[in-house]
Amino acid sequence: MKYLHNIGQYFIMLKEAFGRMTKRSVLYERSLKEIDELIIDSLGIVCFLSFFIGGVLTIQTSLNLSNPLIPRSLIGYATKQGIILEFSPTLVSIIMAGKAGSYITSSIGTMRVTEQIDALEIMGINSINYLVFPKIVAMLFYPFLIAISMFMGILGGYVTGSLGGYISTDDFIIGLQTDFEAFQIFYAFIKTFFFGLVLATMPAYFGYYLKGGSLEVGKASTASFVWTSIVLILINYVLTQLLLS
Amino acid sequence: MIKVKNLHKSFGDHHVLKGISAEFSKGKTNLIIGQSGSGKTVFLKCLLGLLKPEEGSITYDKEDFLKMTEEEQQIFRQQLGMVFQGSALFDTMNVGDNVMFPLRMFSSMNPEERYDRMIEVLKRVGLENVEDKAPSELSGGMQKRVAIARAIANNPKYLFCDEPNSGLDPETATMIDNLIQEITHEYDITTVINTHDMNSVLEIGENIIFLKFGEIKWQGTNKEVFRTDNKAISEYIYSSDLFKEVRKAHLNK
Repeated sequence: MKYLHNIGQYFIMLKEAFGRMTKRSVLYERSLKEIDELIIDSLGIVCFLSFFIGGVLTIQTSLNLSNPLIPRSLIGYATKQGIILEFSPTLVSIIMAGKAGSYITSSIGTMRVTEQIDALEIMGINSINYLVFPKIVAMLFYPFLIAISMFMGILGGYVTGSLGGYISTDDFIIGLQTDFEAFQIFYAFIKTFFFGLVLATMPAYFGYYLKGGSLEVGKASTASFVWTSIVLILINYVLTQLLLS
Repeated sequence: MIKVKNLHKSFGDHHVLKGISAEFSKGKTNLIIGQSGSGKTVFLKCLLGLLKPEEGSITYDKEDFLKMTEEEQQIFRQQLGMVFQGSALFDTMNVGDNVMFPLRMFSSMNPEERYDRMIEVLKRVGLENVEDKAPSELSGGMQKRVAIARAIANNPKYLFCDEPNSGLDPETATMIDNLIQEITHEYDITTVINTHDMNSVLEIGENIIFLKFGEIKWQGTNKEVFRTDNKAISEYIYSSDLFKEVRKAHLNK
């Protein structure tokens, strides 16, 4: 029953997020701030992780391809597929659930325990719209972050492969071009779009409806990360089934 | 003026407010007092629309607050100012932006007018050159004054204060009490203060409502509180020897 209640409450929050709008100039300013905090501030960690995961994918594929009959270009192909189909959209989103999600939960949760949300309500502001809507707007830019992650992952594979002597640059590029399907990019961005919505709203839900004090803020951040990850994995499964099978 | 009639609020089997009827006068500091668990906070939250009572009515001047839709209540609340127990200043904004926030949201002032008004209200609460500071850089008393400045910035018709001087030293607490009273008279607003503080009761209680077990047990002014023979409020206010002495001294005047 509690789960049903929470799911219902989450969808009511989503409805409220698009309910009575806060003044446009304020929302615009807050959206820019959220883009800075959620997207721009995540660029560094996402680039770093993507570059090295791309490199590790290349090394591992290379080390597992000992059969001389299998073309070496397969290393580039496997790196591309791994990065575009799963690593960048899904694993980066789980990392973002930890980084941006925890930030969202703790910042909104702290506002709840220090009565700042009550202050917004008493001023006559739709606090859910004021707090959550700009995060949704910011997360519309999430696909750009994932596009950069894809680029950095493939670059990581390319650099590692060539510098480490695992694959020639020509073979790697042939691998990248082999069986290229534009739909796979479309599939990855469809996933990313849904993941962005979940990343903006689920952690916000855990912060907004938090009850208690500062200890609960920490607990809510952990719960938010766990549940956001679970929902991301489930959506990943459903979308993959719908779009690729 | 705020009129409350026969207000009932329960949480499950626990009947917290048992038919409260009261009037909060304009231009006066109206105090709600009572022990912990007496229903003060629930009453205040009902007045603000943060909790929905099962029965009764709340009328702000001639507007029936409980008959409004949630959205209408949100819009109506633009006429309210609120000072929270913990100040509730937005920690992502500096002091100036905190005070200008309601102006930015609801007034048609341009940025220069908003800035001037912010400086004016900060001066009114006795603060200068703090507009660029973060709320965390200020003392508890200064944060309370900023909260008062934010609450009055948009000229509210009603001011609500929840334990405005809790956690403050006696001198600062008295200063905050006096400030709230001065502002109430100066702006001619209806002020409702939820407090435990006996100094506030005796200093600024122009209309005191004493709650016990969700019912009003006594209502009067700070002058009347010395002379009342009501057992409930006497036990509450004069529970300490100090206040018994204060009462004796007052009656012997």
